[in-house]
Amino acid sequence: MFDALSELFGSPIIAAFVSAIVPLVFIVPFVIIAVYMERKVAGHMQDRLGPMRVGYHGILQTVADFFKLLQKEDITASSIDKRFFNVAPFLVFAGSYAVYAALPFTSSMLGSKIDIGLFFIVAASGLVVAGILMAGWSSNNKYSLYGALRSAAQIVSYEIPTIIVILSVVMFTRTLSLAEMSEMQTAYFWNWNIFGGAEWNLTKLLITPFMMIAFLIFYISSLAEVNRTPFDMPEAESELVAGYHTEYSGIKFSMFFLAEYANMFAVSAIAVAIFLGGYQSPFGYVGNLIGAEWLVQVEQLFWFISKGMFFVFVQMWLRWTLPRVRVDQLMTICWKYLIPYSFVNLIIIGIITLI
Amino acid sequence: MRQYFINTWEGIWTVLVGMRITFGHLFTPAVTIQYPDVKVPLPERVRNRLYVNIDDCIGCDQCSRACPVNCIEIETVKSLPTEDLGTTSNGKKKALWVTKFDIDIAKCCYCQLCVFPCPTDCIYMTDVYEFSEYDRNDLIYNFSTLKPEESAEKKANFEKLRLEKEAQKLAAAKAKEEADAKKAAEIKKEDSSKTE
Repeated sequence: MFDALSELFGSPIIAAFVSAIVPLVFIVPFVIIAVYMERKVAGHMQDRLGPMRVGYHGILQTVADFFKLLQKEDITASSIDKRFFNVAPFLVFAGSYAVYAALPFTSSMLGSKIDIGLFFIVAASGLVVAGILMAGWSSNNKYSLYGALRSAAQIVSYEIPTIIVILSVVMFTRTLSLAEMSEMQTAYFWNWNIFGGAEWNLTKLLITPFMMIAFLIFYISSLAEVNRTPFDMPEAESELVAGYHTEYSGIKFSMFFLAEYANMFAVSAIAVAIFLGGYQSPFGYVGNLIGAEWLVQVEQLFWFISKGMFFVFVQMWLRWTLPRVRVDQLMTICWKYLIPYSFVNLIIIGIITLI
Repeated sequence: MRQYFINTWEGIWTVLVGMRITFGHLFTPAVTIQYPDVKVPLPERVRNRLYVNIDDCIGCDQCSRACPVNCIEIETVKSLPTEDLGTTSNGKKKALWVTKFDIDIAKCCYCQLCVFPCPTDCIYMTDVYEFSEYDRNDLIYNFSTLKPEESAEKKANFEKLRLEKEAQKLAAAKAKEEADAKKAAEIKKEDSSKTE
């Protein structure tokens, strides 16, 4: 996309700016839709209705909330560390925004075609921890600090199974680039990595169950990384007021909010790109059938976003199904279950790939 | 070791069971009643806001006396004999101007005790239950239809009548006294003439 844009504008700088803005154009409407969806899903799962009064079935509720948040007073308590307090929300958002640079929305629409896309994503999402710790510590509030430390412990420990699973997939596909990885899983859904890749041989048959386990582990640990229920201890409402963003209000709070929902889609998109064929359609393209090149891109965008949205929905589904785990349970799940399983999985996938 | 795998399996399985249940609930119709638009039908004999049909009120003050929290205040003025106040819907003749009929609904305890003594059934409970106000004084309902100047007029009228009557009475008493005195004087005269 960057090359096409720099040809269009004749300047790489403008092209860089424009291609950097594209994810934002996606994120803000996505967050508005996702918050509405979350409230609706929550409502209907509890036999309620959710928002109903603003617009038809409350469709404009989050738009109204968004404007309300913008208008709110930006409260800064007197005994906070102002510098870090002000930087933290933007750092958190930058961390989750950077992830979008390497996400292949379609075969041509991606921020950067870097070869180490997955590595970059893992590294950039580490920035979120720094931002959250900063927010918690500078707030000068014990609940914020608790939340931030919990979050740091949680994200750091859950990064291990995530990375091991990513490693095992990388061993199988032999590439770190998400764009290339998506390209390899083309044509039909049985070519997706979760079903053992595009090649038809014994390896595919052997590797499929382990890929499914890998997917499960990845999904669980990514849930923990974005602080979603059942792993939402950093912002556990019933224990910590609101965790690391207790002291924030107005636009800064909405930055955290935006980052949380952007992250939700980002991890779902990564799971989709690694295991479920990325932007590839499960049954071929209509555009190829009728010979319209541009339609293929649209279809790819549709498939990528709808797959991502499905997993965002599963995150919501899980949120309204499971209660929050305790801190010790959280650590048990990670260190005693996910990490051993992912290691064994890594070894088995490695051996199968070698065969 | 065996327990470890059982734990893993149970962890995954129970989550799936929970997810199936919540997914089922996603499609069960909501139990929500959208309150301001849709309201739960009230029972037949609900006791809510009081209402007074002042046209039927004869100002007998019985409701005020029945009220356990004294939230009803009634003031009445007798009508002039020349005035015709009409009758109530069940045929009772009205003889009093109801110059003040205030119900402080904030005090009301919704016991309905004021409703039963009413001889004309003019005070009763309605099914209105949404009448919150920002000012407490707005909860004092004035049911009297008379304007302040009208009720002042009625009071003045009655006062005049009362004074007139009193004057008449006084005059009558005076006349009687005079008559008595005259009589007494006559009798005395007769007596004195007899003795002479």
